Amino acid sequence: MLDTVIQQALNALQLGSYYSLIALGYCLVYGVLLLINFAHGDIFMVGAYIAFFAATFFMGQHALIPPASPISVKLVFAGFFALILTAALSFAIKKKPQAAGQKSYSYPATLAGIFIAFTAIVYVWGQDIKLDTGADKLMVFAATLPLTMVLTSVVGVFIERVAYKPLRLKGANRLYVVITALMMGIILEYGNLSLLGANRLSFPTLLPRVIFDVGEAKISITKLSAILASFLVFSLLQWIVTRTKLGMAMRAVSYDKFAVPLMGIPLDAVIVFTFFLGSSMAGLAGLLYAMNFPVLDPFMGALVGWKAFVAAVVGGIGDIRGAFVGGFLLAFLEVIVAAVFSSELRDLISFTILLGILTWKPTGLFGKPKTTKI
Amino acid sequence: MGNRITVPTALCALLLLMVGMTQVGLLGQYGVSFLCTMGIFIILSASLNLVNGYMGEFSCGHAGFMAVGAYASSIAGVFLFVPDKVFGQPWLPVSLAPWAFPLILAVGFAAAAIAGLVVAIPSFKTRGDYLAVITLAAAYIIKSAIENVEAVGGPRGFSGMGKIVQGMDAVAGIPWMLFWIFLGVVFAVWLLRRFVYSTYGKGVMAIHQDEVAAEIMSVNTNKMKLIAFMLSSGLAGLAGGLYAYQISFVNPASFTILRSTECLVMVYLGGMGSLTGSVLSAIVFAIMLEFLKPLEQLKWVAIPLLLILLMQFRPEGIMGNRELSDVFPKLKRFYRFK
Repeated sequence: MLDTVIQQALNALQLGSYYSLIALGYCLVYGVLLLINFAHGDIFMVGAYIAFFAATFFMGQHALIPPASPISVKLVFAGFFALILTAALSFAIKKKPQAAGQKSYSYPATLAGIFIAFTAIVYVWGQDIKLDTGADKLMVFAATLPLTMVLTSVVGVFIERVAYKPLRLKGANRLYVVITALMMGIILEYGNLSLLGANRLSFPTLLPRVIFDVGEAKISITKLSAILASFLVFSLLQWIVTRTKLGMAMRAVSYDKFAVPLMGIPLDAVIVFTFFLGSSMAGLAGLLYAMNFPVLDPFMGALVGWKAFVAAVVGGIGDIRGAFVGGFLLAFLEVIVAAVFSSELRDLISFTILLGILTWKPTGLFGKPKTTKI
Repeated sequence: MGNRITVPTALCALLLLMVGMTQVGLLGQYGVSFLCTMGIFIILSASLNLVNGYMGEFSCGHAGFMAVGAYASSIAGVFLFVPDKVFGQPWLPVSLAPWAFPLILAVGFAAAAIAGLVVAIPSFKTRGDYLAVITLAAAYIIKSAIENVEAVGGPRGFSGMGKIVQGMDAVAGIPWMLFWIFLGVVFAVWLLRRFVYSTYGKGVMAIHQDEVAAEIMSVNTNKMKLIAFMLSSGLAGLAGGLYAYQISFVNPASFTILRSTECLVMVYLGGMGSLTGSVLSAIVFAIMLEFLKPLEQLKWVAIPLLLILLMQFRPEGIMGNRELSDVFPKLKRFYRFK
C-alpha cells in the first residue's frame, strides 16, 4: 500500500516537474509583459521536436559530410564550422558601438564559441559512435541539452520579434497581443503538421536505463532527471529574479513599463532576455518530456501547455513560487484523481478545480489583488 | 423613421427565393449545405460579438456552449421523436416534428444559457486574462464531460437526428434545415440588435468603457454580465442545435479549440462592436473556408496568419465600430440600427 503511494507520488513529482517548467515560462512572460503567451505550450512542442532533430543530428543520421570520409577531414570541417559561427556570433553581439566604461560582451561570445566547438566535435564524433555504449549516448545527451535550449529560445524570441513587438510598439490593446499569441500557437501546430506530416516520430533513448529502488517503488534515471531539473531551474530562476541586475530590471519592467526606459534600462533587451529564458525552459521541458514519453506529435504541446497554464494561474500568475507550486499541486491532484476515480476524468476535474480556485481567489493562490482606479 | 416593412419583406423574399431555387433545382445539395454553414457561422459570430465586442471581455470558449446546445437539442429531439437504445420509445409521432422543432431548438438554447452561468458567475470578480482562462476551462470541462457520458456515445458521438429531418421532409418537401437556419439567423440578429441598442442594453457598452464607472452610474454590472453571457452562450447553443441537425451527427471532436478560434477569427475580422461586421465577416469567412479547402492542413496556417496580419495592420476589423447604416447613411431610410 505504502509502496503504491510512494510510486504515485514519484509519478506526480515527475508530471509536476514538466508542468512547473512550462508554467515558469508562462509566469516570466506574464510577469514582465502582462501578456499570456498562449503559444508557449506549442513552443514546448517545438522544443521536443528540436531535441529530436538535435539528438539524431548528433547521432550522425543527418550527415552534412559523408560519414565515410577520414576523421581528419571531419575535424577540420568541424573546426572551420565552429570558427565561422563563433566569429559571426561575436560580430552580431558587438555590432553596436559601446560607450567607454560599458561592460564588454566578450564573455558570452567566448562561452558561445566553446559551446559551438563542443557541438561540432560531438557532431563529428557522433558519425562514428556505436549507440550501444552508455558513454556515447551521454555525450550526445550533453550536446543535445544546450543546443535544444538555445534553438528553442531562438524560436521563442523570433516569435516575440515578429508578432508581439510590432504590436507593442504601436501601443495596441493587450487583447490583440493575446489573440496573436493564440493564433501563433495554432500556426506552430499546423505548420509542423504540414511540414513533417502526420506520422509520429519516436525519440531515441539518450540516457542509460538505470532504475533506482525507493523501497518497493522504482524510479528511472530519466524521471529523476526531470524532477531534479525542475528544482534546479526553479532555484536558478529565483536567484536570477531576486539577486541579479537583470532580474531587478525584469521586476522593474513588470512594475512600470513606461518609466523603465527613462531610467536607462534597455527595455527591449530585458524583454528578449525574458522570452529567451522562458523558451529555453520550455525547450528543456520538451527534451525531458520526449525522453520519458518518446512519441512526438504536433499537438502534444496543446494539452500539456494548457495544464501548465492552469498551474500558473492557480499559483497566481506573475509569481514564480506560485507557478512552481501550482505545477506540482496540479500534478498531485491529477494523479490522485486518476488513482481514485478514473484517468478519463482527469482533465475534467483539474479544470473544474481551476474554476473553483478562480471563483474563490480570483488572483490565484500567491497572487495579490490589484486596486482599480478610475 | 424609415419604412418599417422594407426589411421584413426583403427577408421573406430572400427566404422564398432560396426555397424556390432548391425546388426548381437551381440550388443543389452542395449549395444548400454551404448556405447552412454560412448561417451557422453568422449566428456564432454575432453571438460572440456580444461578449467580445460589445462587452469588451475576452471569451475564447464559444465552442463549448455550441456543444451543449448541439447535444441538448439532439437529445431532446431523439427523446421525443426517434426510438433509441437509451431513451426508449418516442413520445410523439414524427409527423409533429415541424411544429416541435422550435421547441427542440429552445431546449438547446436554454441548456447552453444555463451552461453560460459557469462563465458568468466567476466573471463577477475576475476580468481580462483570467476570464479568458475561465472561458477556455469551461469549454474543456464541457468537452471532457460529454466525452465521459456513455449515454450520448462518449467520444464516438451521437446520431439519430437525421430521422427527424427526414420526418419533416415527409410532411412537406422543402429543405427544412435551410429554412430553420434562416429563421435562426434572423432571430439571432434581431434579438442581439434589439438587446444591444435598447436603453437597458446600453449597460453592456458601459461595462466595456469602464466597469467601475458603470457600476457607479447605477448599471447593475453583475446582472448585465449574467444576461450578456447567457444570451451569448444561448445563441451559441442555438447554432449548435442547428449544426447538429444539419449534419445529423455530433461528436465532441467537432467542438475543439479550433471551433472557438473560428468564432474569434470571425468576430475580429468583422470588427468588435459591429453586428453587420460580424454578419459580413461570417459570410466572407465561410467563402474563404471553401476556397482554402484544397490547402487541407495548411488552411489552419493560413487562417491564423491572416488574423495576425489583420491585428498588425487593421486591428479594428473590416467594419470597425460602425454598422452598415453608418457607412451608407441612405440605408437609414429603410432600417434604423441604433
